[in-house]
Amino acid sequence: MAQDGTVQNPTREHRIILRYADLPGYTPDIDCYLQHGGYEQLRKALSMEPAAIVAEVKASGLRGRGGAGFPTGTKWGFIDHAKNRKPVYLLCNADESEPGTFKDRQIIYKDPHQLIEGMIISSFANHAHLAYIYIRGEMARGAKILERALAEARAKNFLGTNILGSGYDLDIFVFRGAGAYICGEETGLIESLEGKRAYPRIKPPYFPAALGLYLCPTIVNNVETLCNVKHIVEMGGAAYARIGSTNNTGTRIWCVSGDVCRPGYFEYDGGAITMGELLYDVCGGIRNGNRLKALIPGGSSAKVLRAGEIYHIRRKNAAGAMEEIEMRLEDLPLDFDTIAASGSMSGSGGIIVMDHTRDMVECLDNLSAFYAHESCGQCTPCREGALWMRKVLDRMTGGKGRPEDPQLLLDLAGQIGGRTICAFGEACSWPVESFVAKFREEFESKAVAEEEKDRLQVTH
Amino acid sequence: MALIKNPFDHDLPPGDARLVHVHLDGEWVEVPAGLNVIEVAHRFGKQIPHYCYHPKLSISGNCRMCLFEMGMPRLGPDRKPILDGDGHPELQWMPRPQIACATTAFPGLGIRTTSTLVESCQKGVMEFLLANHPLDCPICDQAGECKLQEFAFDYGKGRSRFVEDKVRKPKRVDIGPRILLDDERCILCTRCIRFARELAGDDCLGITERGGYNRIAIHPEKRFTSDYSLNTADICPVGALTTKDFRFRMRVWFLKETKSICVDCATGCNVTIGSREGTVHRLTPRVNEAVNSHWMCDQGRLGFHPIHSKHRVLEPARREENGLFPGEWSLLLGQVAEALRKLEPSSLAFLVSARLTNEELFLVRSLRDLLAGESAILTEVVPRKGQADGLLRSDDLNPNSRGARILGIGADGEKLSVLRQRIEEGQLSGLFCLHEDAVAAGLPGELLGSLSVLVWQGILIDQTYERAHWVLPGASFAEKSGSMVNRADRVQRLERAIPAPGRSREDVWILRGLLLALGGEEPGQSGPEVFPKMAATIPAFHGLTWAGLGDQGQPLPVEVR
Repeated sequence: MAQDGTVQNPTREHRIILRYADLPGYTPDIDCYLQHGGYEQLRKALSMEPAAIVAEVKASGLRGRGGAGFPTGTKWGFIDHAKNRKPVYLLCNADESEPGTFKDRQIIYKDPHQLIEGMIISSFANHAHLAYIYIRGEMARGAKILERALAEARAKNFLGTNILGSGYDLDIFVFRGAGAYICGEETGLIESLEGKRAYPRIKPPYFPAALGLYLCPTIVNNVETLCNVKHIVEMGGAAYARIGSTNNTGTRIWCVSGDVCRPGYFEYDGGAITMGELLYDVCGGIRNGNRLKALIPGGSSAKVLRAGEIYHIRRKNAAGAMEEIEMRLEDLPLDFDTIAASGSMSGSGGIIVMDHTRDMVECLDNLSAFYAHESCGQCTPCREGALWMRKVLDRMTGGKGRPEDPQLLLDLAGQIGGRTICAFGEACSWPVESFVAKFREEFESKAVAEEEKDRLQVTH
Repeated sequence: MALIKNPFDHDLPPGDARLVHVHLDGEWVEVPAGLNVIEVAHRFGKQIPHYCYHPKLSISGNCRMCLFEMGMPRLGPDRKPILDGDGHPELQWMPRPQIACATTAFPGLGIRTTSTLVESCQKGVMEFLLANHPLDCPICDQAGECKLQEFAFDYGKGRSRFVEDKVRKPKRVDIGPRILLDDERCILCTRCIRFARELAGDDCLGITERGGYNRIAIHPEKRFTSDYSLNTADICPVGALTTKDFRFRMRVWFLKETKSICVDCATGCNVTIGSREGTVHRLTPRVNEAVNSHWMCDQGRLGFHPIHSKHRVLEPARREENGLFPGEWSLLLGQVAEALRKLEPSSLAFLVSARLTNEELFLVRSLRDLLAGESAILTEVVPRKGQADGLLRSDDLNPNSRGARILGIGADGEKLSVLRQRIEEGQLSGLFCLHEDAVAAGLPGELLGSLSVLVWQGILIDQTYERAHWVLPGASFAEKSGSMVNRADRVQRLERAIPAPGRSREDVWILRGLLLALGGEEPGQSGPEVFPKMAATIPAFHGLTWAGLGDQGQPLPVEVR
């Protein structure tokens, strides 16, 4: 499918995952899915060796779409099926809670059977006979849609015992979270699924591939990742790897929100479009004719990028040699590696745009309020630090900033990141570190105003 | 092996663990493979500060105080460690700090317990822990033995940058009959939760709320009633859990600490007696991996209170027509000795407590033998049966039943019926009760009045005391030194923490007085002095010395068990 700019496809998207999702008349029913070639890849997969599917996924270069971008095939390869005597579980992480991210719910609400087919294939490839979809508590309707879809799949023997006569048994259940961001952390998700408080586990020793759900080997994959598996089986790993750029294969769904004229979700080949094209061509530019001030490229945990910054990106050129090139924010291709090289991360693909009317201290206060509320409170730095940073920012936005506050925020963030049980430490400290470092003058101005107020009070 | 099964023993690697070389702060040292890094450092005199780690509980890894810099062997192209000139692997230091509590020794592990990064981590964690802490040390019972205080001093910045409002949480939460919770002081290390779940078998504690508002709470409609609940106050690194018994009683730095054992049952848990100016304020468990590990039951811990009872007998006395009349010890001991000597040995009996020390029992035995001559004098102990709880508490509530049996004083009250029969048949004219109430033991109270000699030695007023002709006030377990044999045949020492109150005396002193008055040999003036003679006389104790028993006790030789 070419990325044409025709009237039917004005945004020049290349939709694989979302191919049918927004088609007029396309419904979440199984009949509709079957009419569009549904479950054909399942038949194909069941005729393959599980190890062959894993090999195809490895060849495809598929990287996890949940945020970390870990190679899916490698993750699957951690389980040694020759030695393993425990049951294997496959968990679908549908706890999409990263602020600015709204891609998985499109799949769940509009094309649930694609996810289910991807899950069945992935479970088969990993010798799993029980799989769960851990869905975010707030997505009540999504859970209902999935329940119905699972019932339909069971009725057609895509699930249950002896699936399509292959001798393979699998069942999938939906598990609803109670609405906590930390349940999206894979070990927190596992704890929650076990009926406990969603406290992330310490790693080592609790790597899910070895000691996951009920201390059995467990694969945890994102919704979008599992959907991709279906397409890898369809086109083969090598063909999939030709989509997108090296190490950034396949398509990715980008969710654009904030101060753009036409926010939304868009699916492109890895690296096929630049940030500037996405913002100005696809999303219609910054709203009200304002100027771009900053954007967060990969969900709220990613470090903020400031408009006008120049990045020195080291990358391999076509000849395979390392080269360093200069890029503006607008020139950054949307993929994993370049955005990581710019000092941030493409994370979950949630791009949050802020225009020049935004007060960065207010923006950061908003983010910090979220992280202070969502910290699970298990380990000290994040529990105490997230709330402390929020209180400092609340005070600053409330007109009581002090000159030492920007440095205090940097110090606190530095005392959290890298010292916690899970990645939430980075998630709550990176925004603070990047906002303060890149917009220090705005944070300092909050204190200056206060100083002047004091001076006025003294003179009068 | 401790008499209680710990869910984890991070400080005790399996005996067959092979030794591996790890790099600890610049030196290569040899430790058993799999040993916890906190314990590795501890073995070489280095402290890795920690709050949530406890050697006997599961690893939680939440306090982040034990972050250290970790090194791994650098691998060459052949995936094998690159060795330096001394044959040790070259180390590659990880950029991120790791938690020591969840890391165990493996060959080529590098440990840095002090470095810029480690110190920065420790300072950071301390600052965070203190941010919302109420800092109410002046009214906190934990002050003086508080890890938050100690580590703030050792690793903290000395000042706080926190100017916001602190989080308010519940205080004085009554979570159980013997324990109180202060959520504001709590640092959420979850030791108490893990103890309740893993050791006490009463999974009633948990965390509620979220993030900075997290707090420990008890399950709705439940109470922390476990007989081991007070151990959580010991392992609580801060003043969040305090015992109702000791709360606001005494600043801990005033307490004199005496290493002794609990006498509430036959287990003989090792304890530290905390006393000040003649008053015992608390007992806390003392680590002994052959007996109680780190724990003790609440009953034993609170069992010391009767020693300060107002019913304590403080004056040696003789019964005159109109009541007890205090007298001089020397006079009264002479009278008792004379009265005992006049009795026909066969008409005399000793009712002895198995709560006495071996040394006291040995003197009772000497006294009996001296009086008996060629005939025999009946001695027996009074059994106390309770319910074993499968953890520490024994069904035998006498702390020294084994000692009484070894010393030939009595065994489980088998001869009590004979004693009763003799009294009923009028064959007995003298009875010497040592720390036992003959009436409570089932002997006919109305017939005790008919005895010509009834000597009572003990600490608390009881029904036999009311009838006794002579009253000799003895000492409680905290007021004397001696040894006892626990249910696992371990000889352990009691140490005197406080002097016997009033004119009461140590029982060894009283029995020695009687022996000397009857013309016996000098047995020694105190428990430790009697011990060598006892060890020489009684085969089961051969080879044991008082000093050799040490703080942790010694097992009896295998052949006498």
